[in-house]
Amino acid sequence: MKPAAKPSFVKAMLAVVWKDLTAELRSREVFSAMLIFALLVVLIFNFALELEAGTRASVTSGVLWVTFTFAGTIGLNRSMAQEKDRGCMDGLLMAPVDRSAIYLGKVIGNLLFMFAVEVVVIPLFSVLYNVNLLKPGLLLVVLLGSVGYSGIGTLLATMSVQTRTRDMLLPILLFPVVIPLVVAAVKASAGYLQALPMTDIQPWLTLLIVYDVIFLSVAWMVFDFVVEE
Amino acid sequence: MKKNGFVVLDVVTFLLVAAAAGLVFFFAPLEAVMGYVQKVFYFHVSSAWVGMLSFIMAAVAGGVYLKNGKRGADITSFAAVEIGVLFSVIAIITGSIWARPIWNTWWTWDPRLTTTAIMTLVYVAYLMLRQGIDDPEKRARFGAVYVIIGALSVPLTFMSIRIFRTIHPVVINAPGNASAAFDMAPKMLVTFLFSLFAFSVMFVTLLLHRIQLGKAQDELEQKKLIANE
Repeated sequence: MKPAAKPSFVKAMLAVVWKDLTAELRSREVFSAMLIFALLVVLIFNFALELEAGTRASVTSGVLWVTFTFAGTIGLNRSMAQEKDRGCMDGLLMAPVDRSAIYLGKVIGNLLFMFAVEVVVIPLFSVLYNVNLLKPGLLLVVLLGSVGYSGIGTLLATMSVQTRTRDMLLPILLFPVVIPLVVAAVKASAGYLQALPMTDIQPWLTLLIVYDVIFLSVAWMVFDFVVEE
Repeated sequence: MKKNGFVVLDVVTFLLVAAAAGLVFFFAPLEAVMGYVQKVFYFHVSSAWVGMLSFIMAAVAGGVYLKNGKRGADITSFAAVEIGVLFSVIAIITGSIWARPIWNTWWTWDPRLTTTAIMTLVYVAYLMLRQGIDDPEKRARFGAVYVIIGALSVPLTFMSIRIFRTIHPVVINAPGNASAAFDMAPKMLVTFLFSLFAFSVMFVTLLLHRIQLGKAQDELEQKKLIANE
């Protein structure tokens, strides 16, 4: 029997999201760091790869996803480090709610930060390089990719902030396991940008969805094990 | 296991691997086109097999640990990862030795090669994760979670790269194929299967030794704790 005072799952989850958003609105630490970092990555790629009109069509989706992946790591690290440093995680864990509600709340929070960055980067990229990235198909890929990335990233960031090496460890843990997601997202985005037929894009979309489903559910199941004290 | 049992197992393993080497050099016929370099194939596939076997073993042991929390499961999982990293690296190196004359390159981004490399990186990340955690109980829990995540992502990585074309030879055909299941001369087949067997026994021997060592480490850690108090 669960105690009667226990708030509903959705309510608890939304409370965690709300807490993250309020904290962010007051400090504006995570979003600004992620955004500036993302813009710098785009800038560096511009010179590293000479994103000229001829070559850039094939590398645009790659640059885009590397940018989101790197910026996402910063966001994940900050978001979990805040919980750890300010003792907020202990408070969350003492609350009479499901641990999985905390996990999903953090995932949604991290996802919103990623979306916020993407909402700025995608139009800006379109303007800077004179390509139209605002295609419904591409936005769908960005959505699916970000969901999977936040899902697995939140779990691994929760682990990495509790280790001695902390921030340094997250990319090392995260990148090798998100490779299928990044490959699929890059290929699907490139497919939409080059207006390939749907039969060429479909396998990648399927892979994205499979990845999201598997890793969100597994992370949800094992989250308990990474927050126990 | 008793000390005598280990000695017997060690001797048997040594004889088996020596016999496998003997078969490779003196029994298996010379491949008509590739010549001597083809002989690396027997130990190459056997190493890759042991590498994969260890990682499956590690994930299963990790799952068992999350279920029952016994030290033995964690030690087994850790031991299997260490052995797996070693044999995957051997597989990659022997594969490169073969690929240089046959494909005219040390490395190519083929699904099997890439997947093996990424799998190795996942498990090196696992070792780094463990290194960063002092509390043995937490180390075991985090390790188990990560090894399961890794084992889920590796097949997806393989699939994601499989959607491109592959140039890696498929020596063992899918069943139902018109030709025989094994596309090899009988003497080669015997050598190949014997190498697989010898390496599997070697895997078990190494694993048992490593588990023994892990238990001794645990004991030492505990004795140190008591001595410090």
